[in-house]
Amino acid sequence: MKIFIFNYKKIVAVFFSACFAIYCHAQKDSSLFKRIEIDTSKQKLNMDGVYNKPFLTMGKMPVAMGGYMEANTQYSVTQGISADGFAFQFQRVSMFLESSIAKNIKFNSEIEYENGGEDIEVEYAFMDMEFNPLFNFRGGIVLNPIGSFNENHDGPRWDFIDRPISSTTIIPSTLSNAGFGFYGKYYYDNWIFAYETYLTNGFDDGIVSNADGQTSLADGNQNPDKFDKSNSGLPMFTGKIAIRQRKYGEFGISYLTDVYNEWKTDDGLIIAPKLSASVFALDYSTSLLNDRLSITTEAAKVWVQLPPNTVNTYGSQQDGAFIDIVGTVIKHKMFGWNNAKWEVGVRLEYANYNIGSFSETGGPIYDYIWAIVPAIAFRPVGSTVLRFNYVYSEQSDEAGGNFILGNTPVKTGTMEFGISTYF
Amino acid sequence: MKIKQIYKVLTVVIFSVITLEACQKLFPAAPAPDNTLAVGVIPGLTPAQLQEHALGDDEFSQIFTQQQGLGPVFNNISCNNCHVGNGKGSPATALTRFGRATGRTFDSLVSENGPDLLPNAVPGYTGDVLPPDANVQVQLIAPTIMGLGFIAALADSTILANAYPHDGVAGVPNYVNPTSFFIPQAFNIPFNGQYIGRFGRKATRVSLQDQVVFALANDLGGVTCDYNMVKPYNYLVGPYTGNYVQDPDVSAGFVNHLVMYLLTNKVPPRRDSANSDVLAGAQLFTNIGCVTCHIPTMVTSTLPGFPSLSNQTIHPFSDFLLHDMGSELDGGVPEGSAQSFQWRTAPLWGVGLSPNSQGGGLFLLHDGRATSFIQAIQFHNGEASARKAAFNALTSQQQQQIVAFLNSL
Ligand code: HEC
Ligand code: HEC
Repeated sequence: MKIFIFNYKKIVAVFFSACFAIYCHAQKDSSLFKRIEIDTSKQKLNMDGVYNKPFLTMGKMPVAMGGYMEANTQYSVTQGISADGFAFQFQRVSMFLESSIAKNIKFNSEIEYENGGEDIEVEYAFMDMEFNPLFNFRGGIVLNPIGSFNENHDGPRWDFIDRPISSTTIIPSTLSNAGFGFYGKYYYDNWIFAYETYLTNGFDDGIVSNADGQTSLADGNQNPDKFDKSNSGLPMFTGKIAIRQRKYGEFGISYLTDVYNEWKTDDGLIIAPKLSASVFALDYSTSLLNDRLSITTEAAKVWVQLPPNTVNTYGSQQDGAFIDIVGTVIKHKMFGWNNAKWEVGVRLEYANYNIGSFSETGGPIYDYIWAIVPAIAFRPVGSTVLRFNYVYSEQSDEAGGNFILGNTPVKTGTMEFGISTYF
Repeated sequence: MKIKQIYKVLTVVIFSVITLEACQKLFPAAPAPDNTLAVGVIPGLTPAQLQEHALGDDEFSQIFTQQQGLGPVFNNISCNNCHVGNGKGSPATALTRFGRATGRTFDSLVSENGPDLLPNAVPGYTGDVLPPDANVQVQLIAPTIMGLGFIAALADSTILANAYPHDGVAGVPNYVNPTSFFIPQAFNIPFNGQYIGRFGRKATRVSLQDQVVFALANDLGGVTCDYNMVKPYNYLVGPYTGNYVQDPDVSAGFVNHLVMYLLTNKVPPRRDSANSDVLAGAQLFTNIGCVTCHIPTMVTSTLPGFPSLSNQTIHPFSDFLLHDMGSELDGGVPEGSAQSFQWRTAPLWGVGLSPNSQGGGLFLLHDGRATSFIQAIQFHNGEASARKAAFNALTSQQQQQIVAFLNSL
């Protein structure tokens, strides 16, 4: 049952290794190469996240390259105990490669090395073909347009070291899959209307068969085969509509739905009812006071049809949200950087992994985490950030055991300092 | 770019890191000791024993999946999900024990996957339903697993010393057939080939090892080990292991770590024991005769290798004997020589910490039906009727003193 078969992964990985070599060379010889700088803390539409990056171009070659890295140090205390003490974390290094193949045909890709290169993943690798601004074809490994963070996840854009909890555990960013679809934009006055719609491979049974003991779209997104085949043999649908007004900002509505279980054997024998997982997300972002204050928020709700006879630590509904408020407090020439900025911000976030009540007692189920994250960030240039965060979180279900009964939540305080930069 | 300026920035950053680090308030402190759940180990263990304890701790909260051998039918996916934080469980994770009672005979319907219902199933498989010929069922909530090593170290003679009619009650031991892998201690005295059970709500398991092996198979469900290779399956569906893991699913070592963990969990400390209401309550608890069954003090025997469990004075508030608790608490399901209306005296140590693991509420007795201490006492009938009457004859202030005492345990 392999209806959707795409195997770009290996080709792209080889291609990237070659490009990396050229890139390293490029960094030395600056006469040939031209850097296209942009302030990445500013943003067009969220869906433009994949193009709106600083790239390095080579003379007249139709290829542009770039990337970013993230690293940080962390000290975390849970209920008086620091399990790991001081930890230095090299989160990830990512490489972009973009090329104009011909008029209105482009290739774009990102490959990510996580955990010091242990995990290599093609985040996206697709071809775009523009027939009309309103009608573009995209095929390959695409970022599923659900919420805003997923398509706009590059570290240097954020003043917060950790990715939002709800954007990694409720919406499992980075969520990308092999598939194709269409997108387009329509401009009118100060308005932009945009849509995106894709059919891709989707999740697998890991949503419920996992070692976390709770419903997890992220666990259903781990299968290395996901670029080769769809677990259910049915495509996942993702669609998004976004509206942007120059003054008021961008508002997006997105939806994703997929049959995630193996309901049919390869021989066509139906062995189980189809089970679906769906996500509905709203996002909004704006900047105010001459770009001195920015607000970014995303909320998502998940519905998962569970197999019958599933233990009550697995929820059939989940939700989560975050809001980031970041203000520029000083914008000045500092230490020779003309537009250096100090920013302060705060993130409020939560995720609930099991909405509902116990059928046995009628009592509510508690399976949430919430956090508040004050941040201070220094941006010497738009594409580089030094950031300092404090994270205070309360979690009702302690890792390892699912304390979903509502016992005293576990409190954690984390101090983090990190850097992230495009290169 | 001036190097000096970079140093300035670095100094500022490092300085703020240090100040904020110093500000301990930003890091949540450990909960006050009286608020702790029963996490912690008994003193006097060797480094090897401590390491085994730590391994067992991890295993106790391990989430089992098909890949770890769970299923195909099961109750829950982790010991910790029922024995939350080592404390008492909630009716939300209760297990159902069933069977068929006809006159004086009882069949626990092993051929239909008895004695416990395994209602959950791995994906693609169907969970157990109550077989149509089952006519009795009882709900059981998980007891605390603290201080179990001390119970394991009690001599049979110590338990028997309180048995049979005295002071108006008549506790009886539950003599059960030992499992094939049971290795008796010097203090285990067989009677017609049977041994005194002490673990479980009807004192059906003789040793912690028995309980662990049973729990892997029935409370989790379908996890096989060297001591028990039986895979339960839904008899309505047919045999199917539901996993591709070779049996045994866990090693003998895995079982032993869990046993070590259970043996070496400490007893929770008492709280407010000098409070005047608590002291008055303790006195009343003795005066009205609750202590006939909820025996405050016992001395353990010798458990080789565990000096800190051996010859220790403990305060479990139980006699580890079965009592007729009357028809209201009759669950209809007997076990071994324990009748359906007989229950092991619930050890009351740690009972005041129950809300910490029961979601802030209180669920008492074998099925969690009582949601307050007073309610739990009102279900004391049968042998305990006279004590209940004595409790009800107290003034409400005195009753509250007993409640304060129970809360301090
Ligand atoms: C489905 C919930 C559930 C799970 C999962 C569970 N238990 Fe239990 N546990 C119980 C119940 C209910 C009892 C009382 C059983 C009885 O009376 O037979 C119990 C009793 C016990 C006891 C005896 C306590 C006493 O005071 O006598 C021990 C020890 C124990 N369990 C250990 C474990 C271990 C180890 C695991 C994991 C392998 C486990 N349990 C998994 C529900 C559970
Ligand atoms: C005849 C023996 C007996 C006497 C006397 C007795 N109890 Fe109990 N008690 C039991 C048994 C047996 C249970 C467990 C019943 C069950 O599991 O359903 C129990 C359970 C309890 C519980 C619930 C504990 C838990 O963890 O769920 C409390 C509280 C309690 N008794 C308090 C008292 C008080 C107070 C008195 C004196 C008024 C008293 N008992 C007298 C035998 C007795």
